[in-house]
Amino acid sequence: MSGKERLDVFPSRMAQTIMKARLKGAQTGRNLLKKKSDALSMRFRQILRKIIETKTKMGEVMREAAFSLAEAKFAAGDFTATVIQNVNKAQVKVRAKRDNVAGVTLPVFEYYQEGGDSYELTGLARGGEQVSRLKRNYARAVELLVELASLQTSFVTLDQAIKITNRRVNAIEHVIIPRIERTLTYIITELDEREREEFYRLKKIQEKKKQLKERTQLEIAARLAKLGPIAEPTNMMMEQTDEDMLFE
Amino acid sequence: MSARGKLIAVIGDEDTCTGFLLGGVGELNKNRKPNFLVVEKETSVAEIEETFKSFLARSDIGIVLINQFIAEMIRHAIDGHLESIPAVLEIPSKEHPYDASKDSILRRAKGMFCAEDFR
Repeated sequence: MSGKERLDVFPSRMAQTIMKARLKGAQTGRNLLKKKSDALSMRFRQILRKIIETKTKMGEVMREAAFSLAEAKFAAGDFTATVIQNVNKAQVKVRAKRDNVAGVTLPVFEYYQEGGDSYELTGLARGGEQVSRLKRNYARAVELLVELASLQTSFVTLDQAIKITNRRVNAIEHVIIPRIERTLTYIITELDEREREEFYRLKKIQEKKKQLKERTQLEIAARLAKLGPIAEPTNMMMEQTDEDMLFE
Repeated sequence: MSARGKLIAVIGDEDTCTGFLLGGVGELNKNRKPNFLVVEKETSVAEIEETFKSFLARSDIGIVLINQFIAEMIRHAIDGHLESIPAVLEIPSKEHPYDASKDSILRRAKGMFCAEDFR
């Protein structure tokens, strides 16, 4: 276990409690992020399905629009050049709104009309019916495309958001949590070792004390032996009758 | 994001552009620069790419519509565009029907949906 694989802490009881709290925090965080990622991917799938639907629908609408363009051209002659030259102010614009999914803001386009039609007079001479149908068809196409655009933007944004969230989940799961766990085991082993050391030291001291005691006793005995038998002072109180010195 | 409405830009062949202009998306800005590009036979790829990039750089454009066959020509530029705004939409043109497998966005999504979604 190298220093890189665990956090740099001093192994103590306090560090252990701190680490435990951090582990808990990391686990809660991971669970929350997982939930977020689930919510996002649910939305993501919905959007994906809608995109595919709208894209196929778009194919039809565009075909119809192109067809009505050909019709209008047939009826009104070639007006492309006039149209392209007479561009002035946009009549159709989009407004961006925001939608919120699990903390991710998704842009949503909303289309609105502004100002008058600058091609009111196109097809005035002939083919007016076809030209107005053409306008209607293309307006529908624009509407659909705006919808598709907002779906697609949401799609891109969600894609990024999901990737980031998943990366975070994985980082917590595979890097941060194991590191904290390793730190915890390190602290525990270190504390255990210290405890054993302490125990051993106590034992050793006891032993030393015992040895010391024995040695002193031995020494006392040796000294006593060297002095030889010591004349013990007699006990005066002993019941010993002295001989009478005067009266015999 | 400004509260002002954004424009829809078009890069397409003559017919597509005409149609959308009639639909009312065209606008000339102060410098008389249009928000659309009519691609003809003699239009060079470099020109298309430059216009596409200038549309992406403009802040008043929210959506870029581009014909799919033109998108094919500048595929690298489209794949390089990763931001969500402006949104780049590939649309079918008259001669070229829509092919979902070429779409940048759908290609990115590949593997996430099953075959039955395509139909």
